[in-house]
Amino acid sequence: MTDTTSETLHDVTVSVNGVRHSATVPARRLLSDFLRHDLELTGTHVGCEHGVCGACTVLVDGAPMRSCLMFAVTAQDHAITTVEGLCSAPDARVAPTGESMNPVQQAFAECHGLQCGFCTPGFLTTVTAYLDENPSPTSEQAREAISGNLCRCTGYQNIVKSVLRAAEIRAERAGSDVTTEEQA
Amino acid sequence: MKPAPFEHQAPLTVEQAVSVLTEVGYDGKVLAGGQSLIPILNMRLASPGHLVDINRVAGLDTVEVTPDSVRVGALVRHAGLERSESAYAVLPLLRQALVNVAHPAIRNRGTTVGSIAHADAAGEMPAILALTDGVVEVAGPAGSREIAWSDFFLGALETSLAAEELAVAVRFGRFPDGTGTAFTEAARRHGDYAMAGVGVAVTLADGVVSAARASFVSVTDVPSVLDLAPALGGVEPGTSAWDSALDDAAEAVRGHVEPEGDIHASADYRRMLVTELTRRVLPQAADRAGASDD
Repeated sequence: MTDTTSETLHDVTVSVNGVRHSATVPARRLLSDFLRHDLELTGTHVGCEHGVCGACTVLVDGAPMRSCLMFAVTAQDHAITTVEGLCSAPDARVAPTGESMNPVQQAFAECHGLQCGFCTPGFLTTVTAYLDENPSPTSEQAREAISGNLCRCTGYQNIVKSVLRAAEIRAERAGSDVTTEEQA
Repeated sequence: MKPAPFEHQAPLTVEQAVSVLTEVGYDGKVLAGGQSLIPILNMRLASPGHLVDINRVAGLDTVEVTPDSVRVGALVRHAGLERSESAYAVLPLLRQALVNVAHPAIRNRGTTVGSIAHADAAGEMPAILALTDGVVEVAGPAGSREIAWSDFFLGALETSLAAEELAVAVRFGRFPDGTGTAFTEAARRHGDYAMAGVGVAVTLADGVVSAARASFVSVTDVPSVLDLAPALGGVEPGTSAWDSALDDAAEAVRGHVEPEGDIHASADYRRMLVTELTRRVLPQAADRAGASDD
């Protein structure tokens, strides 16, 4: 990404998954590239780079947005959550495999909600934010919620199941208070 | 798929923004939500030398309901307007249309004023500005001015905003009591650009139609309003006369629109589609008008 022209550089500081990160970048650095190249957080995937596929979706101040349609300079001082940050959510639990997963991640694992996994980071962030807004969606609402994310493995049936299962897990975990020792 | 280099300008006030726009002239472009602009930059269909990023400008992010309008600032995101209960209470048409704008993640970032300033014929909100007889509030080096919707849209992606001017807000007009509205569109995939769309407003007085108008998405070059009173005026919804009035309205729409064909749909198909969509939304709007008339 080195550039030999005399582009003006900007010091950009954003909070990503609760940690402040800074980098010096040109104004045209997309937030998606800032996360992947400058901060080396490669969980966010880049698909179409014009806002159609949804793979690069991150949460900006809690709301899902396309990181390929934002510049890092505009994200200055905002709080970003990427897929890497989901496992440290308050309702994440350690799975039998040893990884910490939030309800949506757990549901995708249980329901085979991913095949190649390329689109998955965008689905996970989108669905996580959606369930905050609508904790118990119908099957139809689940389809609507993921309509802005494309999966080329055509795994939508299982993704819809995952959304519904994630709502259940979320409710179970909310009901079981915040103690986690039995998960260890 | 990366934008060409540009200088990033980040004014903090409307005055600073106008001053920067004046300085850079046609080499500058305003960045608000960027959900139309950044794809264009990524694909290098445009490469302005300066982006005037107004996201830090104070005071542009409010929705205000006044006795005759809903005023929306330049930094109000589609999602914010969609969720505004006070706007929905007086102008439900806004939410009826906004849920059709792309996908939630795009609506979380994209701004309503930006989509109007972008003036895409496939955009929903330019058509809604027209349907509500709305106004664009503009700040420029010589002060502020207002542009009626009918003087604002000049062509596809072209408006009467000067290079040194900033659209700071739009005002959507409110309809008289007894008005019901509805909006629908058809796309190949939900959330895609519509092949055709239509919004309507029907006003009832004493149980019969006293006013009716429609505006369109993707089937006219610039937003335009079709007066449907000649077809529907004086008719009581639900009667047998209403059915033939709907036929007349559909014929009026067929004659009014000027769709162009592309890979997604032929011009003839779009014309048929918008005619049928109009037939479907008019009864919805009339029902809602009846409900608000009671």
